[in-house]
Amino acid sequence: MPDDLINSFMTGPDEKGRFGIYGGRFVSETLMPLILELEAEYEKAKTDQSFWDEMDFLWKHYVGRPSPLYFAERLTERLGGAKVYFKRDELNHTGAHKINNVLGQILLARRMGKERIIAETGAGQHGVATATVCAKFGLKCVVYMGAHDVERQKPNVFRMRLLGAEVVPVTSGRGTLKDAMNDALRDWVTNVRDTFYCIGTVAGPHPYPAMVRDFQSIIGKEAKEQMQEAEGRLPDTIIAAIGGGSNAMGLFYPFLDDKEVRIIGVEAGGKGVDEKMEHCASLTGGRPGVLHGNRTYLLQDDDGQILEGFSISAGLDYPGIGPEHSWLHDTGRAEYVSITDAEALEAFQLSCETEGIIPALEPSHALAHVMKIAPELPGDHVICMNMCGRGDKDIYTVARALGMEMGEGD
Amino acid sequence: MTRIDAKFAELKAQGKRAFVAYVMAGDPDYDTSLELVKGLPAAGVDIIELGVPFTDPMADGPTIQRAGQRALEAGMTLQDSLDLATEFRRVDDTTPIVLMGYYNPIYSRGVDRFLIDAATAGIDGLIVVDLPPEEDDELCIPAQKAGLNFIRLATPTTDDKRLPKVLQNTSGFVYYVSITGITGSAEAQADEVGPEVARIKAKTDLPVVVGFGIKTPEAARAIAGVADGTVVGSAIVSKIGGGEPPAKVLDFVKSLADGAHQA
Repeated sequence: MPDDLINSFMTGPDEKGRFGIYGGRFVSETLMPLILELEAEYEKAKTDQSFWDEMDFLWKHYVGRPSPLYFAERLTERLGGAKVYFKRDELNHTGAHKINNVLGQILLARRMGKERIIAETGAGQHGVATATVCAKFGLKCVVYMGAHDVERQKPNVFRMRLLGAEVVPVTSGRGTLKDAMNDALRDWVTNVRDTFYCIGTVAGPHPYPAMVRDFQSIIGKEAKEQMQEAEGRLPDTIIAAIGGGSNAMGLFYPFLDDKEVRIIGVEAGGKGVDEKMEHCASLTGGRPGVLHGNRTYLLQDDDGQILEGFSISAGLDYPGIGPEHSWLHDTGRAEYVSITDAEALEAFQLSCETEGIIPALEPSHALAHVMKIAPELPGDHVICMNMCGRGDKDIYTVARALGMEMGEGD
Repeated sequence: MTRIDAKFAELKAQGKRAFVAYVMAGDPDYDTSLELVKGLPAAGVDIIELGVPFTDPMADGPTIQRAGQRALEAGMTLQDSLDLATEFRRVDDTTPIVLMGYYNPIYSRGVDRFLIDAATAGIDGLIVVDLPPEEDDELCIPAQKAGLNFIRLATPTTDDKRLPKVLQNTSGFVYYVSITGITGSAEAQADEVGPEVARIKAKTDLPVVVGFGIKTPEAARAIAGVADGTVVGSAIVSKIGGGEPPAKVLDFVKSLADGAHQA
């Protein structure tokens, strides 16, 4: 549907949990009653001021929100074009945007009387955030993490264990995020009565994509107000990296109806988006299918078998993408591009050198795209990029990729 | 009337419970799998549940996951699963075949095309784990229109309020999942399953067959005793995974069928 035929991009999902044809509730019957209960509980919480008061309190005093909107001056000079701002969600407690959503879901779990929380994690940021909030509220926490990711994200595994979570290495498939999500779903179906599944991204069965988006939208809401303060207007372009797409949805959502704002999502191009499929760019290199409870763009073969993604960034290493992104892609409201591992590494280093910010590999992808477009844009063009996580967890991976010796720890 | 309806009518006339056996199509390879499937009716299997391999079988435990991986590694596709059914039909035109799997391979092929091909291959019913009643427009309704049964799972979490919705567009039989969990995990308990089956039968005339967590001839007999039939999957699949030849696997299947038929 062309963009000008849609009055608002902010009304989704419909009552079936669909954004256009995407989304839905493709889960086994065992989970269905719980998913309906969760939806009802979330609908109640959404209009309950006391729920949001508690969220606002925790966001402020526990997470450290609002996160700053920061003018990256030296980077802007270096690129010699558009003005680049970072939305500094890497400064949140636990080092990424993930905790914005986890707090909301854990408050809901408490309302529903669930005392056991499970989560899947790729880079470990969602797992750390979940373990953190569970520790704060005294809840049992089990985190499923692909065995391959356990290996490449050791600091986060240790962090989760310190926080009292049980980390379960998943060996099925290739041992990455997709496989961790399968095992989390298997746990959920087995322990459905006392367990709450805290999904880390804007994917899964309805109501998760909408609910996670709503919790993450604090990013875009703040950015919009802060940009008014800084520039007296809206940004011209907003950019975020996408694995499942939660930090991007959080930044994009409040801007969807501001049609003058250009929206760009950056997928992980791995070794390059081509027929070898060594990437995680679901929108650029996939097609619609059904996995993990929703219909969305997926990396898959001709027979509908799901392919393993490939990315240097464990947080983007997922063969799907949130259903709302699929819809925004098809309607043309947002553009989606891809960045290779090599480009992301270059951006990682540039951020360190010019701004003294060690970014996670995930937002390094977004920054790499900023590096491509900013030099071509005029000096009064304002870009807002979501710096959604810090890079402490990635230093081993980066050291290896750059051929540097780290000594201990790896 | 599908082959499934006919089979249940026949069993009812004989006063027998149904024994349903699950095997993964193409596990460990196409030829071995075909040989095994061809031997199932003689081993006492009333209905064949033919698993379609999928990379991400979220409702299945490790045994069936690995079976799917073996089949995929051997090159199985959805078309191969249909071809296997077609070859089986050349030697057996009465034993019902239910395809069991996940939605994406079907969606990827295109629902309309799949339904034509499945009917042509002699498939009688479908169990698609990740299509609850909320998604009936996707495949359930079109499948019934194409003359295939759409067999729904009812589970311990399906309460009385929800049960009518689950039964609404179900045909062939109702598959009661005996446990909250994945295939091949906890053991089903007849004293817990019995009342649940009665609860479902109070709301439908369809036969109720119980699966998940049934591993031995004794268990098959106990569970079939409180239902219209029983399904065994993982216990059979693990024999195949253990490298046992089809003849040995079929001996085991026969012991399970005998158990169920004694009920």
